[in-house]
Amino acid sequence: MRLLNRSAGRLTRGRRGPLAGLVVLLLGLLMTGGLYSAFAPSQQAAADQASADEELVAQGRELFLVGCAFCHGKNGEGIETSDGQQLGPVLVGVGAAAVDFQVGTGRMPLAAPGQQGPAKKQAYSDEEREALAAYVASLGPGPAIPSEEDWSLDGLTEEEQEEAVVRGGQIFLTNCTACHNFAGSGGAMPEGGYAPNVRETEEEYVYEALLTGPGQMPSFSDGNLSQTEKRDVIAYLNSIDETPDYGGFSLGSLGPVVDGAVTWIVGIGVLVGFAVWIAAHTTRTDRKKKGQVTT
Amino acid sequence: MSTTESNGTGGSVASQVASTNGTKASSAKKGSPVGKAATWADERLGLATAAKKNLRKVFPDHWSFMLGEIALWSFVVLLVTGVFLTLWYRPSMAEVTYTGAYDQMRGLHVSEAFASTLDLSFDVRGGLLMRQMHHWAAMLFIAAMMVHLLRVYFTGAFRKPRELNWVIGCLLLLLGTLEGFTGYSLPDDMLSGTGIRAADGFVKSIPVVGTYVSFFLFGGEFPGDSIIPRLYTIHVLLIPGLLLGLIAAHMLLLVYHKHTQWPGPGRTEENVVGYPMLPVYAAKAGGFFFIVFGVTALLGGLFTLNPVWAYGPYDPSKVTAGSQPDWYMGWPDGALRIFPGPPLEYSFFGVTLSLNVFLPIIVLPGLMFTILLLLPFIESWITKDKRDHHLLERPRDAPGRTATMVALMTFYGLMWMAGGNDILAIVFDLSINQITYFLRVAVILGPILAFIITRRWCISLQRKDNEDLLHGYETGIIMRSAQGGFSERHEPLPLDKAYALTQRDPDQPVALERATDENGVPSPTTRSGRIRHRLSSYLHGGGIATPTREELEEAHAHAAHEHELEPAHDGASDRSLTARGENTPH
Repeated sequence: MRLLNRSAGRLTRGRRGPLAGLVVLLLGLLMTGGLYSAFAPSQQAAADQASADEELVAQGRELFLVGCAFCHGKNGEGIETSDGQQLGPVLVGVGAAAVDFQVGTGRMPLAAPGQQGPAKKQAYSDEEREALAAYVASLGPGPAIPSEEDWSLDGLTEEEQEEAVVRGGQIFLTNCTACHNFAGSGGAMPEGGYAPNVRETEEEYVYEALLTGPGQMPSFSDGNLSQTEKRDVIAYLNSIDETPDYGGFSLGSLGPVVDGAVTWIVGIGVLVGFAVWIAAHTTRTDRKKKGQVTT
Repeated sequence: MSTTESNGTGGSVASQVASTNGTKASSAKKGSPVGKAATWADERLGLATAAKKNLRKVFPDHWSFMLGEIALWSFVVLLVTGVFLTLWYRPSMAEVTYTGAYDQMRGLHVSEAFASTLDLSFDVRGGLLMRQMHHWAAMLFIAAMMVHLLRVYFTGAFRKPRELNWVIGCLLLLLGTLEGFTGYSLPDDMLSGTGIRAADGFVKSIPVVGTYVSFFLFGGEFPGDSIIPRLYTIHVLLIPGLLLGLIAAHMLLLVYHKHTQWPGPGRTEENVVGYPMLPVYAAKAGGFFFIVFGVTALLGGLFTLNPVWAYGPYDPSKVTAGSQPDWYMGWPDGALRIFPGPPLEYSFFGVTLSLNVFLPIIVLPGLMFTILLLLPFIESWITKDKRDHHLLERPRDAPGRTATMVALMTFYGLMWMAGGNDILAIVFDLSINQITYFLRVAVILGPILAFIITRRWCISLQRKDNEDLLHGYETGIIMRSAQGGFSERHEPLPLDKAYALTQRDPDQPVALERATDENGVPSPTTRSGRIRHRLSSYLHGGGIATPTREELEEAHAHAAHEHELEPAHDGASDRSLTARGENTPH
């Protein structure tokens, strides 16, 4: 016991020594450092991620310089023509969602200059599209590519889903039909432009189009139409896709012009055909009855 | 006018009067139940007297005479399906919560009219079929009236004594269009609401009284809550009543005037050659009703028309691309779409005068309708022709008349295109602006070009008829002469065809009246006479007269002589070649 006391006394004896503070500090630092290195994520992994992003952006930049810079400028700053028109708009701040939409639906790169780039087969691979999106997103903050959770109705009860569809229908009829037509079949815009058929457009692209407002379309940002409301619109579009054509062939759902054409071509055409047929088949006074002798 | 009605069946009747040569007097047979019933009815209603005449009434046979029937029968379909619809439709703008079968609208606050239309479509058995049949029949009704109108005009069937029936027909067309518009507005869906909204704008564009008329119609500011009940009364009571009355008058006049007929052997201005009402026409017309009904049912069952569930309930904040009226209102809509806007809208003393709306949508249709109404009177004024006409003219035989209608049709068609300019733009990948610019010019130049081309075309066809009459028709038989030359053999037209072709009036312009009489006193009618002469020489000049009897006889004699010189023609010789590679016996 004495021995113990002695050794303790020896230890505590130095606690007020001039080096005591330094020793405690060193011990504290060592412990903090040790604990940190034990629990903190690996520095290496973070560095790897950053370099991968950089690589993707760099890869995207390579593609951009080849395929997009001619119109959009080497840094996405846009190019103005001498008469004040735009060869290609500024891409700073349009976000990854815009690239995903434009490239994913094949609208970009343009095959030819014109009023509006038509949707066509995607020119890039999915990885290349991702790289382009990463590069454009790196130019300035903008909407990111939405994920399926943004528009999926999963997790809602059946009743909530039905309500979402009804709500989406009203949002659609209020905001979209003026250009895209009541059934989403599309409509004409000035100078040869057109609002495309949205029933043939994938959910992801409908969402991105709402988010970014491509071409003449206004952008329905989250402040305008919330994520839930955009989701409801997509739910409504899906629901009218799933409902059968109750009235028979829908004739493209283009409205009364097509109905008028059917009236004249099918309706009047068939009925006049029948009139000709009836008039051509008349009583034949010269037909001989069986066994009757001609007089 | 006599009703001598012959169709060649008389020959064998005489031999069938007495079927037995028995020696005992015949006794009356016990009457059949049908016969008894007929006697019972006849004794009380006097049917036999009316039937005796009318059942034997003769109608001439031609497919184009059945076009009006399409309109009549689709009107019957409209009445039948319309009654069905009234049993469920509720003409009210009161707000209700939709609780029916259509998922995408359930729980919405909609008008009773819209809710009951959805119920008709989804909850009433057969309701959607009836709705669509009703709508298709309406579209066909007006289309058939127009086709019928064209037939009547192109064949000259509107001439004296039938001018008033033409006027009644035009009124039917106008009322049918209004009836269609009121029906289009009843479901209170987005499209019909847009239509009412547009109509409100049209009314308001009328100078001075427009606003008052609009407030009167809507019972206040648009939309109010009385327009649908009001349109309903007009749609199911007022206009159908007028339509029924006018259709009855139209048909009574048809019976009174007797039907027109094509020229041909034995057909004169004094008779009607054709088949009797019973059994032939009763069967044909009755059968045609079922065909019209069947076609309407097929259209209603197979093709969606006015999918109100997709349009959704009307609310003034909503509109859809491709908002068009039904086809018969398409041409005024087109006029509105292409009419230049900015220089024609004035604003002064706080009052707006929208001539850019008023002219194309109120004035123009009124003007066109007046022209349509007056066509028979204009023509008889120009031609001074006050005779009765019961024989029809082929369109080519009246080039000025035919060209006039083709010009009007061209105008109508181009306006129609303008009404669907947005659909044309997306379907054919065009610019809607350029369609508009093109049509602004085309609606003026198109009818003029159409008039000139049609008139020349008709005259050329007259020449061709004369050619056929004088030199025979082309048989397609190629003859080789002894010298080795080839020629096509012509044969004289069949006699009845030749008869039909020569039986027409020469289309000559009205001669200019003398400006002064022999004493040098100016004629009081000189001015109108000059106008008439000028119009007439443009409308009727240039026509070809039918060959005279002498010309025909001479041509036939010449042809007969020529044939004598063609020994190969008999077919016996191996030197004759025919187009079909066979020897045709003559």
